[in-house]
Amino acid sequence: MQVPEKVIEKILLLIALSSIFILALITFFIFEEGIPLILKVGPKAFLLGEKWIPSKGLFGIFPMIVSSFWVTLGALLFGIPLGLACTTFLSELVPPSIGTFFRPAIQLLAAIPSVIYGFWGLIVLVPLIRIHLGGPGLSILAGSLVLGFMILPTIITISEDALNALPPSYKAGALALGATHWQTIWRVLIPAARSGIVAGVILGMGRAIGETMAMIMILGNAVRMPASFLDSARTLTTNIGIEMGYASGDHRQALFATGIVLFFIIMALNTLALFLSRRRAR
Amino acid sequence: MKICLAWFLSILLIFPQIVGCERSKAGITVAGSTSVEPFAELLAEEYMSRYSESHIYVQGGGSTAGIEAVITGAANIGMSSRNLTEAEKKLYAVTIARDAIAIIVHISSPIDNLPLDKIREVFSGKIANWKELGGPDHPIDIVTREEGSGTRESFQKFVMGKEDINLGALVQDSNGAVRQLISSDPNAIGYISLGLVNEQVKALRISGVQPNLTNVYNGKYTFVRPFLFVFSGEPVGEAKSFIDFVLSPQAQKLLLKEGLVPIIEKLG
Repeated sequence: MQVPEKVIEKILLLIALSSIFILALITFFIFEEGIPLILKVGPKAFLLGEKWIPSKGLFGIFPMIVSSFWVTLGALLFGIPLGLACTTFLSELVPPSIGTFFRPAIQLLAAIPSVIYGFWGLIVLVPLIRIHLGGPGLSILAGSLVLGFMILPTIITISEDALNALPPSYKAGALALGATHWQTIWRVLIPAARSGIVAGVILGMGRAIGETMAMIMILGNAVRMPASFLDSARTLTTNIGIEMGYASGDHRQALFATGIVLFFIIMALNTLALFLSRRRAR
Repeated sequence: MKICLAWFLSILLIFPQIVGCERSKAGITVAGSTSVEPFAELLAEEYMSRYSESHIYVQGGGSTAGIEAVITGAANIGMSSRNLTEAEKKLYAVTIARDAIAIIVHISSPIDNLPLDKIREVFSGKIANWKELGGPDHPIDIVTREEGSGTRESFQKFVMGKEDINLGALVQDSNGAVRQLISSDPNAIGYISLGLVNEQVKALRISGVQPNLTNVYNGKYTFVRPFLFVFSGEPVGEAKSFIDFVLSPQAQKLLLKEGLVPIIEKLG
């Protein structure tokens, strides 16, 4: 029997709509659970409160917002130079024989489950930091280093696309004017691909803020405002991850409310990335 | 045909609980405290090896989640590592064993014994350096469990009283994670189930009392909490036969071997 094309189209439309529907359902659920608690304790006390003691009804997530940004900033500090260097090497300098091995290797980096990164950080990095730099070892520094590696694939793939999308005339023109290869890369190609690279970095940032499992294992999860890179910290995601098992009532709602804050941060980052890559396309 | 199959599979994916319901018909579900979970798994395995036609599914989720699951009917038996609250008292609870909680430090620590008030001061952050307790000059890394954990609740009640655990304390989300952290950090102190203390960590004496079964039985070591199985009413059928097995001397012996405090004191 021949299935009419219209029917197939409708079925595909339905499937596409169902994924959007599920997204809407999740969003609705997070807000429905979280908003009452934010209203109950007050948005200001929730967002800017410095104490998180659910058993006493104190739900302040300010230290976690700050920690999330610290850890992400640290990850970018390691991830951007490494990522940019890798990208430049891959798109401009690499001999094809190595490139065919190199690209899949970097994509493989994205396929490693985050629990493995976390385990590696816990067993290798944490003792090193504890012994050589002091503190408990479970720290923002350890978390940033591991996250820095985790966001590499995102940064590299997207910025390499941006570099490869440049018109060949840019490179040819620069070289014809007598610029060295390095000058061409640093002064012409990277600035021209800037918006794409920034979009990659921002998507990497979204990945870093959203990472949970590895961070639960490495950050130590203390709820105090961190004072240095060697202090333990708790991010927004790890707060949900570590406490959801036993939370009930207000405590559970507070975790959903944490999710709302996370939701807005990630939405803002993704919008920014989208906006930047659109501008590049024009 | 293919489309039908694809639809069927996607419906299964969207509604996994349908599949779950199918499964639980063939047995009973035990859910709750992650502290009780490993022991319940052991008991379930033993039980299933005796009665091969029955099936017992053990899930974690936490004491509160387990009790809620019993109330809503999602689980037949709830596991709790804390006493029931007033609101939960209408449920039918059976103590299957008791569990002592030990304060543990790194194996190389010079500290062997601490009075209760010193432990409280350490965890509240008033004592922040091992030097003040006669140890090396090094900051103390406090390790605690996450909010809502039954072990933390017991610790709060027994040791901390009205004081808060320091907010700078490292938080780990299982007994195993606490033990792992303390076994690798010479300056750490934390608390876990006595049954899970092994040669990687050292259990402290509290005011001179060694945490062990003898001292739990004679009432000297009081840092003990119950492990409960919770039912929505008097247990019947499969649940009844499982709890009967759990309370039998063979099962209690098994729990003793795993480091718990059996409810039967003299096991032949």
